[in-house]
Amino acid sequence: MPSNETLLLAAIVVPFLGSLVASLLPTNARNAEAWLAGAIALSLALAFSLAYPAIVDGKIVRSEIEWVPSAGLSFVLRLDGFAWVMALLITGVGFLVFLYARYYMSPEDPVPRFFSYLLAFMGSMLGVVLSGNLIQLVFFWELTSFLSFLLIGYWQHDAGARAGARIALTVTASGGLCLFAGVLVLGHIVGSYDLDRVLAAGDVIRAHALYLPALILVVIGALTKSAQIPFHFWLPRAMVAPTPVSAYLHSATMVKLGVFLLVRMWPAMAGTDYWLWIVGSAGLVTFVTAAFFAMFQNDLKGVLAYSTISHLGLITLLLGLDTQLATVAAIFHLMNHATFKASLFMAAGIIDHETGTRDIRRLSGLYQFMPVTATLAMVAAAAMAGVPLLNGFLSKEMFFAETIATHDGSLVDAALPYIATLAAMFSVAYSLRFIRDVFFGPPPTKLTRTPKEPPHWMRFPIELLVVVCLVVGIVPNITIGPFLNVAVASVLGPGAPKFDLAIWHGFTLPFVMSVLALIGGVVVYALLRTYGLDSISRPRRAKAEQTLGDRVGAGARALLGVVGTRRLQPQLRVLVCVAFIAGLLPLAGQSLWPDTLNLTRIDVAFALVWIIGILCALATAHQAKFHRLAALILMSGAGLATCITFIYLSAPDLALTQLLVEVVTMVLILLGLRWLPKRLDEGLLKTDSSMLMRRYVDFSIALVVGAGLALVAFAVMTRPPPPDGIAQHFLERAYTEGGGHNVVNVILVDFRGFDTLGEITVLCIVALSVFALLRRFRPALESIPVPEQKRVQEAFDIDHPDRQPGETIADYLLIPSVIMRLLFPVIGTIGIYLFLRGHDYPGGGFVAGLTLAVAIILQYMAAGAVWVEDRIRVFPLRWMAVGFLFALTAGVGAWAAGYPFLTSQAFDLHLPLIGDVHLSSVLLFDLGVLAIVLGATVLILIALAHQSIRTHRKPKSAVGATEGAG
Amino acid sequence: MEIILALSIGALASSGVWLLLRSRTYQVLIGLSLLSYAVNLFIFAMGRVQTGAPPILKSNVPGDLARFTDPVPQALVLTAIVITFAMTALLLVVLLAARGLSRNDHVDGRGSGS
Repeated sequence: MPSNETLLLAAIVVPFLGSLVASLLPTNARNAEAWLAGAIALSLALAFSLAYPAIVDGKIVRSEIEWVPSAGLSFVLRLDGFAWVMALLITGVGFLVFLYARYYMSPEDPVPRFFSYLLAFMGSMLGVVLSGNLIQLVFFWELTSFLSFLLIGYWQHDAGARAGARIALTVTASGGLCLFAGVLVLGHIVGSYDLDRVLAAGDVIRAHALYLPALILVVIGALTKSAQIPFHFWLPRAMVAPTPVSAYLHSATMVKLGVFLLVRMWPAMAGTDYWLWIVGSAGLVTFVTAAFFAMFQNDLKGVLAYSTISHLGLITLLLGLDTQLATVAAIFHLMNHATFKASLFMAAGIIDHETGTRDIRRLSGLYQFMPVTATLAMVAAAAMAGVPLLNGFLSKEMFFAETIATHDGSLVDAALPYIATLAAMFSVAYSLRFIRDVFFGPPPTKLTRTPKEPPHWMRFPIELLVVVCLVVGIVPNITIGPFLNVAVASVLGPGAPKFDLAIWHGFTLPFVMSVLALIGGVVVYALLRTYGLDSISRPRRAKAEQTLGDRVGAGARALLGVVGTRRLQPQLRVLVCVAFIAGLLPLAGQSLWPDTLNLTRIDVAFALVWIIGILCALATAHQAKFHRLAALILMSGAGLATCITFIYLSAPDLALTQLLVEVVTMVLILLGLRWLPKRLDEGLLKTDSSMLMRRYVDFSIALVVGAGLALVAFAVMTRPPPPDGIAQHFLERAYTEGGGHNVVNVILVDFRGFDTLGEITVLCIVALSVFALLRRFRPALESIPVPEQKRVQEAFDIDHPDRQPGETIADYLLIPSVIMRLLFPVIGTIGIYLFLRGHDYPGGGFVAGLTLAVAIILQYMAAGAVWVEDRIRVFPLRWMAVGFLFALTAGVGAWAAGYPFLTSQAFDLHLPLIGDVHLSSVLLFDLGVLAIVLGATVLILIALAHQSIRTHRKPKSAVGATEGAG
Repeated sequence: MEIILALSIGALASSGVWLLLRSRTYQVLIGLSLLSYAVNLFIFAMGRVQTGAPPILKSNVPGDLARFTDPVPQALVLTAIVITFAMTALLLVVLLAARGLSRNDHVDGRGSGS
């Protein structure tokens, strides 16, 4: 048998693994899904049962994995008596629900999704109850909210399901966030998030100034999850979920998490007036109000939902009463409620399944069609009502005994027994209605089919749960007694009170209250029947919640309409302004003007270059709208000025790179222009005043930004460099530690190699995105025909009988294209040369990669894609992959030598004939850079070039057609 | 020198921002390229301007800032230039696809405007 620590880890991991497997099974594999999920749940339940000896007598199993040791956080799994009971409940009920779901789900439902969610949910539930760390607990807590959302909205086509799921998520996940905040406060008070340390620090917590905020936040988390008033409204709306989900999540397990949390935190946070009033009053109000509402529900599941809320209120109230015996009763009722409520939900599901409706008004006399199911439901409902000899009776009697005891002597305290009896009457009344209206009376007339008993295995889970209700109700001391003891001992510690689970305590006051509730319940039901239930049903309420949700949604949309926009121009305008202001802020209160102005002498040639450069930039701005080609040429003028600046101001590497990038950018945009149809001429566009206004605003923004940037640049350039800058560091160490003379290259491939690795990764991603986008590219309709120039050339051939068709195109730019072909080896050699000398002289992987890319692109331009690809195979994707592999190898190789990632390694080899060779891992890295730059550039350009030899479909035409070339 | 470089950075940035805020996709593409020139030059200028002092070390000359220009902004700008090309390519392809889908070249894919 594996150790108990392994069991804890497996209890979390196995359900999630199962969830993954379940999601991969075929759509109609209902049996396989149920076998998988059922086997996981059952084996975990058995494993937990076997772990029982490890947790008796207040023992705790702990398993700890270091997570963020620097922050004192560990992944802690912890099994004590209470967690053990919860885990058994989760896996046991889980098993029964999986079995039931096999028969409940129809063959048309996509079951893999369903079982996958359910298994993941089971894993997260176990995560919550086994967490020994509060942050970890909140994480799993939110995970259960999220999976509940997915499960409620399982029938995605149903708008009601989607709305119900949304509301549930909004309420429970916000509550979870409150809980998270509360946990952070608790962690701050205690100095640790470890559950054992928090539980041991109860006195510190209660005395701390932040106790009340922490309490309120934690309690909000608990109340939202357990659907307590005023957060109760999500639970009735969650009843749109498939019934197995309602039985599992919304009665037996997930909604219990709220009270689970209150029990868990009881040693740490209870024992104050705040606790008594906040928790107690929430529980009391919910207990009574929800029981009242439950009587008027016409939906079977609606009755059960409100009844669940009411019973959870009862448990909350017990916890709020804040005595040890009340806590015992709370834990006991928590277990009992899970058994009878889950079976009732499943019975409701069977009725729905067999009759096609859950409306109580349409159902009657079902006993004669399904006597077994009816009997089972009756027993479970009797347990819910608190009839003697059933488990519900025992915990309810403990509850009555607690209400009688005096707590703080206030008026509410004195009235508590009466209020409790009243609410218990309501609970008897709705249980009675559930049974009487559905199973008795004349046979149903408004049904579309004749009901019958369900398959036996669908009923089996109910049978088992009802047997549990009976056995616990009749012989509590030998069945549930030891387990309850274990759970209680783990919460209350060694000083836990003695309690007696006997069914007969004599003719005591609690017994009288139980009897009164039963009789009163029958009377209330009779009165309601006489005066009509339908007339006071409450559809209005549901509608109010609906409109509240709608209003919130509409408000959010309206707000978004005011503060947001989907239009790009306003967004960019805001972006530019914010960036400008953000850049301005650090300058506030400082003088931009330097103390001493020592300018370098102005070189006339440089000035002339930039006069042209600036004119080019301004002209580009003016021309880009209607004269794209002109704008492109003018832009490259500005680019060349930039390039010359780099040469002039001692940056040969930058100048080389800029020049090559200019070339490839030019080719790129020229290729793109082929697919951008002509724009209308200026004269056809009208301008109005708002348009002019926008232009003035934009013009001012552009002017201010440009002026600001120029001013800052000027201010920095006229100051001496800071003495403690990092430049000195690199200049001193480039040769001694990096082994290269070209400092820029050494920085790129050695000192800051990790940055470069990131940058080439970005390059790869962008190239692949471009490639992917172009695979499904549908150009504009107007640009699909053959371009005008080509048409003219072809027409010329046809008009001249002495010419062959296609001759003009073949001869086009004949001499330049011959030169271009001849240049291929020359440029290639230059590229390799630039690469090899890169570590010591201007050059390197980036420049060499671009050079080689230009060599290849020139061939495409000279002869066309078809000609080139007939002669050389170009595999840009492989180059990129190989380059990435090289770069990574150079990095990982350092590990082998025991150094951190990307530490450069140098080797001196002596080769015969060649002599001494100095090799370094940075060469490999730089080779990787080369391959990636080459591959990415060529991939982008070729993918775009291939569009011309592809046959294009019309935009938005038939879907699913085949791919073209490229 | 400093004045000229500052003015040219300003002019490039102004032209770039103006085009960036225009309504046609091609204008935005060109604007972004112009703005990249400006920003690259700006970062480069942060290393101060020096003529005839490339950061290529020579044997027997100590590496120090008086003899060699600041290599750090150059290293930053070098990769920035290559990334700019990739970004331009991506924007161009998105622009072409948008033109095909929306049948006009407005940045929002609909209507006209300045």
